Amino acid sequence: MKAHLSRRYLFSASHRLHSDGMSDAENRDTYGKCNNPFGHGHNYVLEVTVSGRVDEKTGMVCNLADLDAFIEKEVLTRYDHENLNCLRDFAHHVPTTENLCMRIYEIVKRGFGLAHLDKVRLEETMMNSFEYAGAAEPQR
Amino acid sequence: MVYLTRKAEFAASHYYHNPELSPEENRRMFGKCNNPNGHGHNYTLEVTVKGEVDARSGFVVDLKQLKEIMQREVLDAMDHRFLNKEVPEFLHTIPTTENIAIAIWQRLASKLQRAQLHRVRVYETADLFVDVYGEA
Repeated sequence: MKAHLSRRYLFSASHRLHSDGMSDAENRDTYGKCNNPFGHGHNYVLEVTVSGRVDEKTGMVCNLADLDAFIEKEVLTRYDHENLNCLRDFAHHVPTTENLCMRIYEIVKRGFGLAHLDKVRLEETMMNSFEYAGAAEPQR
Repeated sequence: MVYLTRKAEFAASHYYHNPELSPEENRRMFGKCNNPNGHGHNYTLEVTVKGEVDARSGFVVDLKQLKEIMQREVLDAMDHRFLNKEVPEFLHTIPTTENIAIAIWQRLASKLQRAQLHRVRVYETADLFVDVYGEA
């Protein structure tokens, strides 16, 4: 039988929401206090869901140690305790949690081949979260 | 269609071991979960059923009946048990969170009467959970 495994990770980062395509006034109007030029930070909770038939030999969709190692190396090391605006990933994109969620989806989709990636869910605070399941895939 | 979710908790011990693999392979594959003396978790179970709301009762499912089925089929069998040694499914299947969710699905799916089982979610910890929808 198929199973969907979800794993949660924590990282902390700072960002400032500011678009070069808008005037200062438009930026302030659009992003409000998130436009503060000094930036601000969040404790992000990342939830990665992968799926597949459960392997009879291991009883697993994929080895959790492999998923943890991949996320640590490719996602947490890249973003934890960083200023997102200073990273190449966001040189041309505003580091909203929408864009960060989609970026993490692309990293996992491209690099983790041991199970099917269902979706990435990113909590910016306890009150708001974002999900991305790929452009072509139906949302669950 | 309305979906109703009921939560329950159970505490159990388990360990991961495949007798077809060598001790070294078991240790490499399962790490500290391979300790034969077992270790434990507080599992949280979420059972979601779906159906049309009954016009007479206003219910998707009789919650009392669902609670009784969960108690009898899951909690009585798994709560405060060593899963590898006391639960028939796990005498020959590794009690990973995936397989626990599948076993619970199989225990519940045929027992529900009016409502249909939609999802079984098992949390091993707050940061790790598995969903099963009965897909082949």
